[in-house]
Amino acid sequence: MSALVEIRSLSKVYQRGRQRIEVLHHIDLEVAPGEFVALMGPSGSGKTTLLNLIGGLDSPTEGTLAVAGERIDRLGQGALARWRATHVGFVFQFYNLLPMLSAQRNVELPLLLTKLSGSQRRRNAGVALQLVGLADRATHKPGELSGGQQQRVAIARAIVSDPTLLVCDEPTGDLDRQSAEDVLTLLQRLNREHGKTIVMVTHDPKAAEHAGRILQLDKGTLVQSEQAVA
Amino acid sequence: MKFLHLIWGALMRRKARTAFTLLSVVAAFLLFGLLESVGSAFTQVGQSIGAAHRLITAAKTGLMTPLPVSLERQIHTVPGVQVVTSETFFGGTYQKPSNFINVLAVGRNFWHLNTSMRLSAGARRAFAQTQTGVIVGAALARRFHWKVGDQIPIKAMIYPRKGGSYTWTFDIVGMFRDRMTLREQVMFFRWRYFDEAAQFGRGTVGWYVEQIGEPKQAGRIAQTIDALSSNSGHETRTQTSSAFAADFYSQYVDLGLIVHAIMGAVFFTLMLLTGNTMAQAVRERTPELAVLKTLGFSNRAVLSLVLAESVLLVLLGGALGLLLAGATVHVLQGQMGSQLPMLPVAGAIWLRGAIAMVAIGLVVGALPARRGMRLSIVNALAGR
Ligand SMILES: Nc1ncnc2c1ncn2[C@@H]1O[C@H](COP(=O)(O)OP(=O)(O)O)[C@@H](O)[C@H]1O
Ligand SMILES: [Mg+2]
Repeated sequence: MSALVEIRSLSKVYQRGRQRIEVLHHIDLEVAPGEFVALMGPSGSGKTTLLNLIGGLDSPTEGTLAVAGERIDRLGQGALARWRATHVGFVFQFYNLLPMLSAQRNVELPLLLTKLSGSQRRRNAGVALQLVGLADRATHKPGELSGGQQQRVAIARAIVSDPTLLVCDEPTGDLDRQSAEDVLTLLQRLNREHGKTIVMVTHDPKAAEHAGRILQLDKGTLVQSEQAVA
Repeated sequence: MKFLHLIWGALMRRKARTAFTLLSVVAAFLLFGLLESVGSAFTQVGQSIGAAHRLITAAKTGLMTPLPVSLERQIHTVPGVQVVTSETFFGGTYQKPSNFINVLAVGRNFWHLNTSMRLSAGARRAFAQTQTGVIVGAALARRFHWKVGDQIPIKAMIYPRKGGSYTWTFDIVGMFRDRMTLREQVMFFRWRYFDEAAQFGRGTVGWYVEQIGEPKQAGRIAQTIDALSSNSGHETRTQTSSAFAADFYSQYVDLGLIVHAIMGAVFFTLMLLTGNTMAQAVRERTPELAVLKTLGFSNRAVLSLVLAESVLLVLLGGALGLLLAGATVHVLQGQMGSQLPMLPVAGAIWLRGAIAMVAIGLVVGALPARRGMRLSIVNALAGR
């Protein structure tokens, strides 16, 4: 029971009309607390599907999935939503910020679901923005920020409610080299200094180097697991 | 309330589209406010006539068919009838043909039966003593700047004086006020003056009004009154005054139907329009709603956000529309005085309006909200 994420014989089948698509086949995986894991593999191999299951965005067809001892494969939609709100932070390839809200308001979003007062929400969001180095951009709308900055705002939003687990789906997939490097360094810092457990999908071997362990997924099966050099 | 900025942000996302939709909501509720203002003015008049203790006896053939004055004494003998008076439509214009005035010649007991009209004891006494005396409604007096003591020439609509002149000169001996300014648009003079000076129509009145002691007896009393004239040349029909008002205002009941039809069409169009806007808005924001769900917003929270958005949109437009309607009525009243058959856009209209707004907002938001609620995060994030 030392693993933070504990996956046993996990399968995911999508039904498209009459067609059954088995995207993940009996995956076994453990992620220890404080680990930074990179998940690599060809396009269509099921990386996003696996990440979504770990983050509680979707439910598996078979197998068990526990996070911090809680069997999230057994949670219903409502319970899963509440679980996500407190236990996971999400970072996506295209940032997925709300375009009408300032950086500050975007970061505050997850806190709207808590009992925190307005001023507490503002303060916590401010701290998160500070942590990603964007305190001076708090009032900017996403459209007024560069891609790298938007992704850092998204990371601030992911950590603002202090979840133990961060799941990132190709967080640097849409960024230039320098911005990507900034984002990866930030994730690494969150992992090392703040103890966040991170599971990150990436195509980029250089990005994967920032992780402590690299997993390879191929056609829905984990093919190897290796310790990264870094 | 802490979600307000989210809802507002959603509305402000496409400013032009929101403005356009808002404008149509404003227009619809401006119309609603104006029509309601006219409608409530008419209902109020109808209701004020409808007192439980009053009966009205008119010729079966209609209000314009005169009844003999001799009937008054007979009606007075009917058990249950406490007071009888008569009213005769006279009608006239002042100074120019377009200045129509509702002039009535009234019998002796008229003021006993119309206690909602307030006039001083002095005015009442002067009216009883002055053959050419007239009591004018305060609003009417304001309209023509009349004062007590003025002599006013009124051009009769129907009845010439003996000798053929249509001009009747009256002495204003008093004014009355009424709870409803609409009812202050009338002037009353003595039927006895009419009977003395008119070239024709003498010895007749328009209709009788009776005060009865027991509203439950109304049916029986009415029958007895009508029996007095059965098989005569002037058969009567006696009704409670509310039934009478319903008859009299039936033209406005039709108006009410038309009003409802118009509002129905307008609101229907509005719902299609706003519904389309909302559907588009939600479709466009599918990824954003998916993000909210990812962050832990429940299905119900997403549903509420979308519903709140459409309700807010309609409430904003509706409130603006009703404010505008109120201002319009205010301006019109300033120009035309209280002869305008419109009541200020106030409490009851706002309440009905607000109910309509919330209902429209909910109906219009229901489908898009359900769509937002049901969307699958995984598919929406993948753009599927
Ligand atoms: N909701 C879904 N319905 C049907 N097929 C899906 C669905 N989600 C994923 N898939 C299919 O599963 C496979 C793996 O998808 P995904 O996990 O997104 O791959 P990756 O992220 O590795 O590129 C793809 O073939 C994809 O078409
Ligand atoms: Mg993917």
